[in-house]
Parts: sequence; C-alpha cells; structure tokens
Amino acid sequence: MRVTAQIDIAAPPARVWAFLSDPGKQLHFMAGITRWEVAGDIERGVGARYRMLMRVGSAEVGSLIEVVESTENRDMAWVSVTGLDQRGRWRLRERASGSRTHVEFRLSYGVAGAGIFGFLAERVAVPQVQRHLNRSLQQLKRQVEHEQLRDDAATRRAAREARAAVA
Amino acid sequence: MIDETPTAAAAQNGHATGGRRPHVREAPAAAKGPALPLGFGSLFGVGTAAAKAIQGAVASRIPTADLDERDPDFIRDNLPRLWLLSSLWFRGEVRGLGNIPEEGPVLLVGNHSGGNMTPDTIVFTLAFSTYFGVERRFHSLAHNLVLSAPGLGWLRKFGTVAASPRNMQKALQSDAALLVYPGGDYEVHRSSFERHTVDFNRRKGFIREALRHDVPIVPVVSIGGQETALFLTRGEGLARALRLDKLLRLKVLPISIALPWGLNVGDFGGHIPLPAKIVVEALPPIHLREEFGEDPDLDEVYDHVVRLMQETLDALAAERRLPIIG
Repeated sequence: MRVTAQIDIAAPPARVWAFLSDPGKQLHFMAGITRWEVAGDIERGVGARYRMLMRVGSAEVGSLIEVVESTENRDMAWVSVTGLDQRGRWRLRERASGSRTHVEFRLSYGVAGAGIFGFLAERVAVPQVQRHLNRSLQQLKRQVEHEQLRDDAATRRAAREARAAVA
Repeated sequence: MIDETPTAAAAQNGHATGGRRPHVREAPAAAKGPALPLGFGSLFGVGTAAAKAIQGAVASRIPTADLDERDPDFIRDNLPRLWLLSSLWFRGEVRGLGNIPEEGPVLLVGNHSGGNMTPDTIVFTLAFSTYFGVERRFHSLAHNLVLSAPGLGWLRKFGTVAASPRNMQKALQSDAALLVYPGGDYEVHRSSFERHTVDFNRRKGFIREALRHDVPIVPVVSIGGQETALFLTRGEGLARALRLDKLLRLKVLPISIALPWGLNVGDFGGHIPLPAKIVVEALPPIHLREEFGEDPDLDEVYDHVVRLMQETLDALAAERRLPIIG
C-alpha cells in the first residue's frame, strides 16, 4: 500500500531539511512513532540505519530501515532491512518565492506472503497510517515555522539593537 | 471388589503393560463408604477406562520439545491475521514492552485469562513479535492438552512447547524470551467474578527456574480475558471426582456460559470469545539475586511478584469503565 501526504511550510528547504535529517528530532514531530534509534555508526546520510516503530492498531510495527538516497535539502529515501517491508521518501521542493517549501511524505508498506489476511491488514491499516502521516506533517510545519519565526524575530531584534547602538 | 484406580481399570480393559497383574484387593467394609447404586461402579469403571484411553491418546500426541520447530517466516506470514484479530476484535493494547531486556534470556511471567481461548497470549505474542522482530527467539509454554489438540499443531511454529521444567531449561539456554503462565489451567478458568485477581495457586516453579538459570523475571499483566465468556466455576470438585487430575493433569473442569455452546463444560472445544478489550502491561524486570540476595526465599519472591502484578491489575481495572467494552 502506498500512502502520501503533503503540505506547504513557510520556511526555506534548508530549515526543513535540518529537522528531517536529524534523528534526534524524529520523535518530536512524527506522529504514531514510538521509537526511533540510530542503529550503527552512521547517524545521517546514505547508509544510516534506524530502528523505528509506529503504533498501528494494537501493535507497534516497524523495521530496521536504511537510508538509500540523500540529496541535501531535496530528497531522502529509505528501505527496510528487517521487519515490516517498507520504503519511504521525504521530498522537499522550494516554492517560487524561495521562502516556502513544499513537503511530500511518501510511505509504501506491505506484508508480502501473508495471503488474504495480509491483503486485508494492509488496507485496514491505511486510515490510521494516513492520519499519522498527515499529523506528522502538521507537527513538522508547526515546529519548523515556529523556529523560523523565532529566528526572524531574533534577526529583527539584533537589527533594532544595532540601529539603537548607532543612534 | 476390584480397586477402581486408573491402573486397575486400565488393566481390566487390556491397557496394562509389563505383565503386571492388576492389583486386586477387598476394601474393608468400613472403608467402602456409602453403597453405590447397582451398576454405578461398572459405569464409573467404563468412564475411567475411557479417560485412560484419552490420556494415552493425548500422551502419544504430545510433541517432543524441539525449539527448532519455531518458524520465523511462518510467524511473519501470520502476523497480519493476528493483527486483524487483535486490533479489530480485542482492540488490544500492550504497554511497557520497552521494559523487556533487548537481548538475552528472560522469563516473562503472565497472569492467564480467557479459558482455553486465551486472547492475552494472542495479543502479547503479536506485540512482542512486531516490537522485537520475529527474528528474536520467543517461546511460550502450554498445557499438553493444548499442544496435542487436533488442528493446533501450528502453535509449535509460533514457538509454543509443552510446559515442563526441561523445556523451560532448553528455551532459556537458547537465550530465548520465555512466556510462562504459572497459574496455568487453575488461573485461566477462574470465575469471571474473580477476573481482577492474580492467582498462581502458590506455584513457585517459575522462580526456581529463574534462579537456576539466573535470568530476570518480567511480570506481564493482562486484563480483559476473563470477560470473553461468563466463567462460572473452575469445577475442581468435578475434576477430582472424574479423576482428571490424575489422568490428564487437569485440576479443573470449568463450567462457563460461552458462545456458541451456551452452557460450556470443560471448554475442550474452545469457544468464540466475546470482543472484550484486552490490555497487557509489561513491568520492569526483577533481577532476583540483585534484589533478594544470593539465596532468595521463594515465598518472599513469590509474594513480591504477585503483589506487583496485583497492584498493576488493580490499576488496569480502575481504568476500565465497563466489562467487555473496556
């Protein structure tokens, strides 16, 4: 099954990327995620592995995932090594204004070999997974924009103080 | 008069082996008790012989414990089925899996509920397998009758082995997480009116095994299983009268009201569990020698474990607004 969610964030891609690529921040904005740990020596970028779990229905399901594609400020993709079969992608694209970013979160998952029950389980899980993705993007937007506002305010304050010092 | 012990009854029916003569004796008149109606003795003998035959059949079907029968691929393929059952029917919720050590052998000690259809085991097995991955060795102990029942052979692929000290030893030596229910058939068939009580019947074998193998105990408390049917009584007296304790290691002959049977005696055919909400909580590990010294007192450890579990069960019960609904 493939589930997708997207949102526009009022911040440049670099700021969004800083959130997405930081394993320490995943639990702060990813809805339904109960575990996100670095597994191995590489923390970020291609080859980084994470052990993640997402609560879906009555179980925390997840995988050991590995980042297989990482283009700074644009794309990050991963596939599962063990556990639930999944592949996912964060896709960032700068809007024409330059100060906004279009963020797309794609997740494909499956339980190959599980027959009719696997087929049913994949579909029954869709609404909850979709809710998790939507909420993750909303939380990401809120946190990134909040940080952006604070930075903008800090910049304005510094400029004001500089002007006051000159005067 | 022929002594109607199982041995004698079996010998009468040709089941005795080894060329031993059946033990025949005349009971003293004072020990005979009240006179039985004509024909009752022979009927009882036939019943006992039938039970003996069942015992033989069960014994021949009990699989030898082969931990290699556990099949991770089979488990993975069946997780969606368990997930559907657990999520949609029982609305299962498992908490505290992070309390279970990430690796190494561990003894998971649970309270058992739900009669012969134990939803707590289904919900917990699913949660454990998805949380730690099917690659982690996980075994559970089950009554001989469960493992020998026709159509339940697949349980062995999930890592279920017959309950015995030897199997516990094998599982723990293989670094597995081992789920045991010390209360066993005694606890699982308690009355629904005692559903919020942890009752291991003072069985302490799990503590001895944990000490012998020096593994931590993780209490696993569940609620809701005893609401999947209306369990009326364990029927211990009935089981004793029918000698099931001696013949089939059954201390109980439970009586319940359950789907689809209505009045359900024995629960041998299982039942359709009501969709009661199941909540399971794993508690922090107990390292026996660290907490109770080099040579812990079994009674002290037992009381400690049961008290912790009872407190957790009380808290889970307090969260519950209505039976079945949760």
